[in-house]
Amino acid sequence: MSFEYNFGFIDENAKREIRRKTLKAVALPGYQVPFGSRELPIARGWGTGGLQITLAIIGKDDILKVIDQGSDDSVNAVNIKKFIQKVTGVQTVIDTAKATLLQTRHRIPEEKLTEEQILVFQVPLPEPLRIVEASEKETRRMHAEADYSAMWLYLYESIVKFGEITLGAGYPVMVNGRYLMSPSPIPRFDIPKLNMSENLLIFCAGRERRIYAIPPYTSVEPIEFEDHRFRVEDFKGQKCEECGSAGTYLNEMVETGSGERKYFCSDTSYCKKVKEGKKNETAS
Amino acid sequence: MGYVAVSGGRQAIENAEKYLNLSRLQADKSSMDIEQIKKGLHFLVDRVMGEGSLYAPGLAALAIKQSAGDTFEAAFIIRAYRTTLPRLGYTISSNTNEMRIIRRISSAFKDIPGGQVLGPTSDYTMRLLNFTLLDENPDEFRGICDDLLKSAGITGELPVSFPKVVEILRKEKLVVPRMRQESIEQDCFDITRDSLEFPASRSASMQTMARGETGGMLALAYSNMRGYGSAHPTIGELRVGYLPAWINHPYRKEPYYIGEVLVTEAEILSDITMDDGKPRFALGYGLCFGHNETKAISMATLDRAMQEDHPKYPSEDSEFVLSHIDGIESMGFANHFKLPHYVTFQSSLDRLRKIKKSGKGSGEVENEF
Repeated sequence: MSFEYNFGFIDENAKREIRRKTLKAVALPGYQVPFGSRELPIARGWGTGGLQITLAIIGKDDILKVIDQGSDDSVNAVNIKKFIQKVTGVQTVIDTAKATLLQTRHRIPEEKLTEEQILVFQVPLPEPLRIVEASEKETRRMHAEADYSAMWLYLYESIVKFGEITLGAGYPVMVNGRYLMSPSPIPRFDIPKLNMSENLLIFCAGRERRIYAIPPYTSVEPIEFEDHRFRVEDFKGQKCEECGSAGTYLNEMVETGSGERKYFCSDTSYCKKVKEGKKNETAS
Repeated sequence: MGYVAVSGGRQAIENAEKYLNLSRLQADKSSMDIEQIKKGLHFLVDRVMGEGSLYAPGLAALAIKQSAGDTFEAAFIIRAYRTTLPRLGYTISSNTNEMRIIRRISSAFKDIPGGQVLGPTSDYTMRLLNFTLLDENPDEFRGICDDLLKSAGITGELPVSFPKVVEILRKEKLVVPRMRQESIEQDCFDITRDSLEFPASRSASMQTMARGETGGMLALAYSNMRGYGSAHPTIGELRVGYLPAWINHPYRKEPYYIGEVLVTEAEILSDITMDDGKPRFALGYGLCFGHNETKAISMATLDRAMQEDHPKYPSEDSEFVLSHIDGIESMGFANHFKLPHYVTFQSSLDRLRKIKKSGKGSGEVENEF
């Protein structure tokens, strides 16, 4: 028995509902809109949120790019891309500049995105206040009243205890001066890219059933103190072993044998572009 | 080097899938028959239908075959399939009095109107490994059939429906009154269309538990029965049977019979409570697809526990219970930690090194993801 799936797998009524909730999210920057999240053939926690957005908004003419940890070839990215292609037949690319729709886990590409592109984030834990408050009922109240004192206190205590803010990835940001938002576990390095970005940013947590968004040209600020500023990851003095870039987000690896620490661009498509560009330069 | 740095992930994924498929098939040259799974592993099929939230024994059997018997995986496959189906309508809420019973017992009264019907159960069977099953043949089935019919005897027809045990107490005004039909229809929340909100309505809570993971619900219910809570359930009635399903005919606007579903229902009585200033038994209710008594009892116990006005224990806190019993969600999230987390870990490394350099703190760093 063969089986034909609907374009984009999800039934049309459900896609419409997801699009409606996404529009609401765009209208209320940073506000988490609850939605009737559907189960997909990939497991909860593996990108079912991002995938539902992608499947609900993708059109036949879209050009798709999927990355995980910045890489197009990561197993999960490959798996998701394969599935979307199977149920939509759209064209996929690795080149960031050529994509119209990008789905990502844990990174924003190095190349600047434009108004013509949409970036969809997979979100594990949409609630930035979860580290200070376990109850959903309570965190919803805190957002409604813009009561973020517990979060400020958390940062303050962290500085007192460690001399540093200990939050690594997924650093909370204030969107449009109103809602505290989890940017998904992107590194702090990517946080400044959210501010006044030219492209639409959509976030979706499948398991936790929340959609939120940052419309183009919206102010997004990491929370910080006047005398203790937000800081991105420090790669001073390091550059990519592959393409020689300094100023990109790097992954460190320990070489088997020598035990030497080496750094590589996490954005593999950018890394390849830079390397090929250099090759072309030397050739001409 | 991990699976991100190296390209060629696609090939690796495809091979891994082939490998898994091979390990499923190597047990036997002939493939397993869906009908055999449906009939021979019917408890497993029922569990997968319940947790997968789709009443389709054939598809559940297929999912079990495909997942090589992993209940989490099988229910997950069924849920994902469910996403491709449009929601066409809702059945009319039915009265479980109308259930075509195969089993009903009460531990509250020795004699109940209609009588106790033991039905198929292993409750009083010694759990000894039955080595005769190693070599079974078709004659075996006929033998058991003969034996059962002779020894049980036919005592006359069973009534079409049985009165509910809880109704006896309700008539005496000893349990909380039943909700009115209209308000059930009006207030029904649909957890597949709307995200659960807290405090959750009773219908939302019931739906979430009906598709909850049996083991997860049992663990929470057991914690309550054992001491981290106060529900000491008495089973008013436990029924297993076929419940007719009716929908409103879209044109003729009258009830239209679409079939029946096998369900297990548990009603537990526990603790005396004040209802509108009157002392009454609190009632806990559980109902799930298929024959799954452990789940129905767990569900009823949790339903009762979550009615506490001032929750003290995890099993009494509806947000705690309802957010953590879904097998598809919890298993997915627990397994997602196998995915690469290089970027986030790098970010945490940066924090830790910075702190160490400054010579302050004990070195504990948040890595939320």
